[in-house]
Amino acid sequence: MTEHKDYAGSKMGMWLFLFTEILLFGGLFLLYSAYLHRYPGEFHEAGKTENLVLGGANTVILIGSSFTVALSITALRLGKIKHCLILLGLTVVLALSFLVNKFFEWSAKFSQGIYPGSEHMKTLPAGENVFNSLYFAMTGLHGLHVIIGSVLLSVVAVFVARGRVNRDDFVILENAGLYWHLVDLIWIFLFPLFYLIA
Amino acid sequence: MDQAPPRNLGFLTPQAGKNTLLSWIGSTDHKRIGLLYMACILTMFAVGVGIGLTLRLKLITPGNHLLAPQTYNALFTLHGVIMIFMVVIPSIPASFGNIFLPLQIGAEDVSFPRLNLFSWWLYVLGSSLALISIFTGNGPPDTGWTFYVPFSAKTTTNVSLAVIAVFVLGFSSILTGLNFITTIHRLRAPGMTWGKMPLFTWSLYATAWIQVLVTPVLGITAMLIFAERVLNLGLFDPGRGGDPLLYQHLFWIYSHPAVYIMILPAMGVISDIVPVFARKQIFGYKMIAFSSLAIAFAGSLVWAHHMFTSGMSDLAIWVFSLLTFIVAIPSAIKVFNWVATLHRGAIALEPPLLYALGFIFMFSVGGLTGLVQGAAGTDIHVHDTYFIVGHFHYVIFGGTGLGMFAAMHYWFPKIFGRMYDKTKAFISFWIILVGMNLLYFPMFVLGLEGMPRRYYDYLPQYATGQFLSTVGSWILAAGMAIMFANLIASIRNGRPVGSNPWGGASLEWSVSSPPPANNFTTEPVVTRGPYDFDGVVVDD
Repeated sequence: MTEHKDYAGSKMGMWLFLFTEILLFGGLFLLYSAYLHRYPGEFHEAGKTENLVLGGANTVILIGSSFTVALSITALRLGKIKHCLILLGLTVVLALSFLVNKFFEWSAKFSQGIYPGSEHMKTLPAGENVFNSLYFAMTGLHGLHVIIGSVLLSVVAVFVARGRVNRDDFVILENAGLYWHLVDLIWIFLFPLFYLIA
Repeated sequence: MDQAPPRNLGFLTPQAGKNTLLSWIGSTDHKRIGLLYMACILTMFAVGVGIGLTLRLKLITPGNHLLAPQTYNALFTLHGVIMIFMVVIPSIPASFGNIFLPLQIGAEDVSFPRLNLFSWWLYVLGSSLALISIFTGNGPPDTGWTFYVPFSAKTTTNVSLAVIAVFVLGFSSILTGLNFITTIHRLRAPGMTWGKMPLFTWSLYATAWIQVLVTPVLGITAMLIFAERVLNLGLFDPGRGGDPLLYQHLFWIYSHPAVYIMILPAMGVISDIVPVFARKQIFGYKMIAFSSLAIAFAGSLVWAHHMFTSGMSDLAIWVFSLLTFIVAIPSAIKVFNWVATLHRGAIALEPPLLYALGFIFMFSVGGLTGLVQGAAGTDIHVHDTYFIVGHFHYVIFGGTGLGMFAAMHYWFPKIFGRMYDKTKAFISFWIILVGMNLLYFPMFVLGLEGMPRRYYDYLPQYATGQFLSTVGSWILAAGMAIMFANLIASIRNGRPVGSNPWGGASLEWSVSSPPPANNFTTEPVVTRGPYDFDGVVVDD
């Protein structure tokens, strides 16, 4: 079978895949909006307990990582493989620091007795309960995507180092970058919904 | 039987120096993958039919016999999960779609051949997980295929594994859809404009968009059930502020459009078959192509008509009822166009056309009874009764099932280069049609009389209808046994045929049968329409 390279086709496939990712989160956004409509006051109260500093830091980190991954593509297209690898490494480091922050946030919640099914949560008003459940579901699923994205970028970095992804055939890196922008984009929506709602 | 000359086996040729099994399950050839899907789908179909027959046998007389109530609950759940997620959703697109989409648009393969193989492997993984969930944990799932909360969150049976299986199967479906959309956009041969695409390809295009756009919602719904059970999330638990009704919304946002994933490709098959056997340009090509997209679009906005008795607001019921009636319009456009194509055609009543006519009849009955439930007032009466069971079996089995059988009889000579026994095909068709109607028509009457679905036992006044229905299931099974026996035997022993036994004008009939591994020896340049039969030479 002849190997055909279809740059536009690969991009199109990736964009379609990103649509499906948005719709996957869409189900949760739908739940969020329905529950916000039902419990506006309690969402406001529950939002006050979020750690705005860590959340804000994570927002900056993810936007920064989107920038570095975009630069890595430009670097590869200019043939600067070393630059490209450094920038990809930086992106993965930023992704990991995002996860570390997330870990601290979740631990803090757990230590206050806020985790799915806990006794403490049963004493909270219904709306705050739902808010926290949504928080875990949505940031949890997003965190999973951060992990998948970091693995993806690391694999692509190996491809770049071995020359399989190069300045003439960089669509895999570009698609990985698109995936990473999606991870960033979803966070841009999660951040105000949970941290700035108060 | 006449002495067959050494035959060209095309893509079926065993690959020298390769293990036969590996050359299939590791193949990225869309035609081989299509056949792999077909083998798996038909195997799962046999399992689903077996369970269905068992359920019908239990219901032949009232009373507590044959199956324990819990086993009965598990079996109707499995029948639904297997038939919906493993048979009907992948049925035509994953098997015939895979084989014929690239051939119909003059492409060498799909856009992402390896992803295509990966989709099949995901399908196998998902199906295996579903089968494992039957035999492990605290017994097979007993929630019905809809997995409604709160029961699905509380039951101790093996629902968690089953929803993971559904998630994996959904992922497989998404990747197939993504592959098809990209293929249709990128790999059409020169001259293959959108207006020259066969209507089967058009239906696959509309289907693929539904697969891509709504299946993720199934994914998140399955994940949330898993989270409710394993992580005790409580998002649908009214005791903790959740709302079970939102689960139903999420579930049907996928599962209603999913019925169009099931029916649209079958409609595409019918649109391809009817003009070939009427020897006439299809009536209203543009309207049929457009109505596929219209169904895909409007069908995505009607999900809550499954919830008229669930406690929604009257306004929501009114809106969803109206939208439901709107979907009937593009569906009716197709039916009228098929009939108009047949009108004054030079009709050759070959087996594929007969199955296609069976589709039109059964789909019309199923579609019109659907409107009874789309109207909010009458739905209150028939909701969750045998009426709905009869309705969706008419549409899905009478529609998609017969559409699949029609596709098998239409493309069989193309795939295998041989012809089946037409007499047996005719006989099996009539047995199937009689059996199907005897099986499902009494359900309409039972439903109107108030027999609820999924009940283990029933009152004596329903005994006659239940009995007739069970007898119908035997007739149907016998008809399908003859049909499959005929087809399977003909793979080896059928009469060899040429490349175009029906005189079709679309591109798949221009290559040899079976098609060569690379589809086209030279890239085709398309000048004629898919239903332009002037000068088409029949090669039997």
